[in-house]
Amino acid sequence: MSAEAVIFFVFAAITVGAAAIVVLARSLIYSAFALLFTFFGVAGLYVLLGADFLAATQLLIYVGGILVLLLFGVMLTHKLYDLNLKTEVTQFLPAAIICGGLFVLLAWPIEVSLLLPRIGRVRILGTLWQTSWATGSGRGPAATTEEIGRLFMGSYLLPFEAASVLLLVALMGAAMIVRRRKDA
Amino acid sequence: MITLPHYLTVSAALFTLGLLGVLTRRNAVNVLMGIELILNSANLNLVAFSRFGPGNLQGQLFAVFVIVIAAAEVAVALAIVLTLYRLRRTPNLDEADFLRG
Repeated sequence: MSAEAVIFFVFAAITVGAAAIVVLARSLIYSAFALLFTFFGVAGLYVLLGADFLAATQLLIYVGGILVLLLFGVMLTHKLYDLNLKTEVTQFLPAAIICGGLFVLLAWPIEVSLLLPRIGRVRILGTLWQTSWATGSGRGPAATTEEIGRLFMGSYLLPFEAASVLLLVALMGAAMIVRRRKDA
Repeated sequence: MITLPHYLTVSAALFTLGLLGVLTRRNAVNVLMGIELILNSANLNLVAFSRFGPGNLQGQLFAVFVIVIAAAEVAVALAIVLTLYRLRRTPNLDEADFLRG
């Protein structure tokens, strides 16, 4: 196994394992801190994919911004003396069956052949492993920041400006929603 | 050799785990964490296609926009959750039934 494969599997294991803790942990604080490791794992996969600018953005915005916001949300929606920040789970079994089935349908990596009575032989393999993807020449590992900046200031200027307006509107809207009304 | 389907498999695992979190959790903040997982899986897909595709950066650009929209979404959603908590004294989603006739 090459070094790239080893690094990939390490980061993939960190990402998926931490995501499983996010979903399955009983404590909200455990979920939030497992989310930190998921974001780090995804950033590592970005580096492996040659997206250096995006990996740095992931760390800055997700870990520095969104995760802190989520922790604020956890703290503000519980009473301060309430030490066990537990969360409840509803309808776990049907949801787990649906999500597990979806994963097998999408991405089951190893071909399994089952012999079912009355139906016959069934071959189980995820859709994305059967698809022949139209991969091109690909992009080797090269610095991306300059080219992304040129694209943002060039042919993607309009969506860039629209995103800045969206951020402004979202922050003002959030402040409007949480402000206390005088008559209430 | 790590190819495109490897990354897509990780992304599919992240997506299904996020979906599981959205479907099963009662706490609104925890549901938001599930949505973040789903957005991250979409981003991983975009970057992987950008790496193995025709060799341009459009996928990474789109991923930057997804990150921006995720930041806006989580700010507004937390504002709504805080308002819900102020009105109902609970962060649980299934008690937000104001519109029930």
